[in-house]
Amino acid sequence: MKHSYLKNVSTLRMDSGKCTGCGMCLEVCPHHVFVMSKGKSIIVDKDRCIECGACVKNCPFKALEVKPGVGCAAAIIKGWLTGTEPSCDCSDGSCC
Amino acid sequence: MLDIVLNREIKINPTSSQLTTQDILGAWKARWGINRMNYKVEPGLYRLGNPDPNAPVLVTANYKMTFDALRKELTNFDAWILVLDTKGVNVWCAAGKGTFGTTELLNRLAVVQLDNVVSHKTLILPQLGASGVCAHDIQKFSGFKVVYGPVRAKDIKEFIQSGMKATDEMRTVTFSAYDRLVLTPIELVSTFRISLMIFGVLFLLNLIGIGPFGAVDFYAYVGAVIIGSVLTPVLLPWIPGRAFAWKGWFLGFIWVIVNLLMGWPSSEYSVLKALGYLLILPPVSAYLAMNFTGSSTYTSFSGVLKEMKIAIPAMIISIGLGAILILVNSFI
Repeated sequence: MKHSYLKNVSTLRMDSGKCTGCGMCLEVCPHHVFVMSKGKSIIVDKDRCIECGACVKNCPFKALEVKPGVGCAAAIIKGWLTGTEPSCDCSDGSCC
Repeated sequence: MLDIVLNREIKINPTSSQLTTQDILGAWKARWGINRMNYKVEPGLYRLGNPDPNAPVLVTANYKMTFDALRKELTNFDAWILVLDTKGVNVWCAAGKGTFGTTELLNRLAVVQLDNVVSHKTLILPQLGASGVCAHDIQKFSGFKVVYGPVRAKDIKEFIQSGMKATDEMRTVTFSAYDRLVLTPIELVSTFRISLMIFGVLFLLNLIGIGPFGAVDFYAYVGAVIIGSVLTPVLLPWIPGRAFAWKGWFLGFIWVIVNLLMGWPSSEYSVLKALGYLLILPPVSAYLAMNFTGSSTYTSFSGVLKEMKIAIPAMIISIGLGAILILVNSFI
């Protein structure tokens, strides 16, 4: 059974002018957001993106941009309560 | 005269692909939250089987469940395992936090002097480590080339034997019913503390004569908790809708309706109290289901934030109204 989450929320952007078609983003993306087309990588399904930031971090040409973050409600609540950036800090025994 | 020792000792720890009963018990305990935050192996270089300088180097996290999951897949195999110090956190979460990251990998390569142990320049990293590691920086600063292996350890042998080629399937994160089921004990355990506080408050209300709260209330609440933290995660893709809070609310609502139709297990139940629980219990399930976003593999920060902005105020209003109804019910 396929999982699908909210649509039109991901902050992922591609500057195709900078893309050289090296294919690194296809390699690291855990959700098949990219495909190779005419020697360049294109975003084929943005709604599958989980904003993990793997593609951005591993793009040698800085063609990708995303606001990376954790898709974790507990972390976001903790961030609100403590006034810090939500991080995947599970030391209180909840989440991941 | 200063005596500078140029040759530091290279420390290599032995390990094997055999898991002991203790390893299996340890993993089970961690799933239930026992000693989970301190379930670690020492970072460093490990020798599995009888690797020579040409043997592959696999990089992993120092959460013991992660380390065990990797080595148990390496039967009859010779490899080096480089364990990073991720503070006892798995690869995916540690990569998100940056502890499974570029700096730690570069440091660890230097500490274990990997270039004096192996004759090649290739590191195999789990694909899910990619959000913490910048492959081109590793190459630039250490000379080692990072190859991202499969998502799951069970594919690692096939990946290496096929000349470091990952199939689409190896590259894809899945989230099967079993994957979800093994995550539910920790979800359940993490509700215990707040649940005990709620029981304490109800007990105090009983003492001061507001109530009485008893077995029926307990049963209704525990049902909502199990629905939010176990049933919703397991049934996740089959529940209509997309937002986790909605999915939990939906099942929680069904739980209350089914109970109302069946007349609850115990007899007297006023309309006011029933309405109160209809407002309180579905949001309880919704909240717990929403917290499962952190355990899931397919939610994004922007998505979770969007659903929370709607769900949290709705939950607070609903629970507040429900609590008023139940208190009013106690006074009349």
